[in-house]
Amino acid sequence: MAKRRVMFTFPPELITEPVIYNLGLQFKVVTNIRRADVTEDRGWVVLEVEGREDDIERAIAWVTSKGVRVDPIGKDIIEG
Amino acid sequence: MSFATGLRCRECGREYPIEPIYVCEFCFGSLEVSYDYAGIKRALSREKIASGPRSIWRYKELLPVGDDVVDINAGLTPLIKADNLGRALGLSQLYIKNDCVNPSYSFKDRVVAVAATKAREFNFKAVACASTGNLACSVAAHGARAGMKAYVFIPADLEMGKVLGAAIYGPTLVAVEGNYDEVNRLCSELAEKYPWAFVNINIRPFYAEGSKTLAYEVAEQLGWRAPDNAVVPVASGSLFNKIWKGLNEFHHLGLIGPVKTKMFVSQAAGCSPVTTAYQSGTTQIRPVKPRTIAKSLAIGNPADGYYALKTIRESGGSATMASDPEIVEGMKLLAETEGIFAETAGGVTIAGLKHLVQAGAIKRDELTVAYITGNGLKTLEAVQDSVVKPVLIKPNVNSFEEAMGLKVAATGDTRRNPGVKD
Repeated sequence: MAKRRVMFTFPPELITEPVIYNLGLQFKVVTNIRRADVTEDRGWVVLEVEGREDDIERAIAWVTSKGVRVDPIGKDIIEG
Repeated sequence: MSFATGLRCRECGREYPIEPIYVCEFCFGSLEVSYDYAGIKRALSREKIASGPRSIWRYKELLPVGDDVVDINAGLTPLIKADNLGRALGLSQLYIKNDCVNPSYSFKDRVVAVAATKAREFNFKAVACASTGNLACSVAAHGARAGMKAYVFIPADLEMGKVLGAAIYGPTLVAVEGNYDEVNRLCSELAEKYPWAFVNINIRPFYAEGSKTLAYEVAEQLGWRAPDNAVVPVASGSLFNKIWKGLNEFHHLGLIGPVKTKMFVSQAAGCSPVTTAYQSGTTQIRPVKPRTIAKSLAIGNPADGYYALKTIRESGGSATMASDPEIVEGMKLLAETEGIFAETAGGVTIAGLKHLVQAGAIKRDELTVAYITGNGLKTLEAVQDSVVKPVLIKPNVNSFEEAMGLKVAATGDTRRNPGVKD
């Protein structure tokens, strides 16, 4: 089993959708939220996604296609 | 010996031993180095610092390293009283901290010196980074000096000119096909997989500490006092926060008086997630896609953005931004008034400073330090269409005087001392 630590940033239109619940339901991955800050119009969640490598890849691709920004927990590490 | 005692989570406060780790296993918050300040206080004095090496290592007690450091002579760069620029902006006590003149021509030498030293202490055989410019140069240079392999990852579409300054040191240059986010993600995954010291990933808590020396030096160069204002170009936000931390450490150790410095963020308008959050009154940083000529500040999702907002609040400062034309004007103004050719990030500092003065956030008689973090030779393309063009003349005196609009003397001899050989 592989683990990936990621940060999801939600656009306002997705705040009311149970995206993380659906992620676990549709893909064979276990999500474990560690920290979050969600308000009525924006939010981010830091979590660990555990599962088979290809399931994690598909899950991340799906959540990205929904409009969620997915970043490594170190955020942007390419520096000038 | 090192006075670093461990790592501490900036979110939940959990403590960890000194290891090449960067996030808390519980809350995934970022880690920061803790120190034995009582021990440092006993070991450090103004006199001890003043008699130390002419580099960042004069503050070694306040850095998380042992005695065997990787040294390319980073730091102790000039702090210049900028009277000409001050007059142009309406400031009577303006200083420029000129970090253009570091060995690889940017402030990154401060952070990478600490990261490379730590990497060697941890027995890593290679240092690595993902970069589009300054960081690549510094990692490659320090890798060469330390006798370590250096891996530098760059986006495949990056102009070769941008990485020549790194290529000369002989690192392994890896050009990754893919957009910015894909390169970013790949490097994060590689950092998990390979036993390399990725300076701003698994060594980040140590790496970031190097920026504190920009606060120590300014305080020392000002005669052991903190400035009233500090204007700092912001990308990840790390440099900004560490300048604040460094000033407060100096006060805590009794080396300077109370710190009343207001900390000001300056960002490029085309990549201003921190300034935008500040101006919106929120603590949430909304990631952006960078679109600016200030490539060295083009971090759309800054790791320390939240903490930068906290530093602004704590210090009573604020945040501003500068458009691309204003950045170029800022670069030119600094060069034309003080003879300092800074890269685009320096233009962001100067243009931001101008805004802050105009808005009344910085007052005429306050002691203000503007941080210039990289050399202009690295971003020639930003100013190539905005600077004076050469006047073309024929190889004779008449042609020169005609072009210059000079009045030709009756004798035709325009030398200052006719008959005397210059």
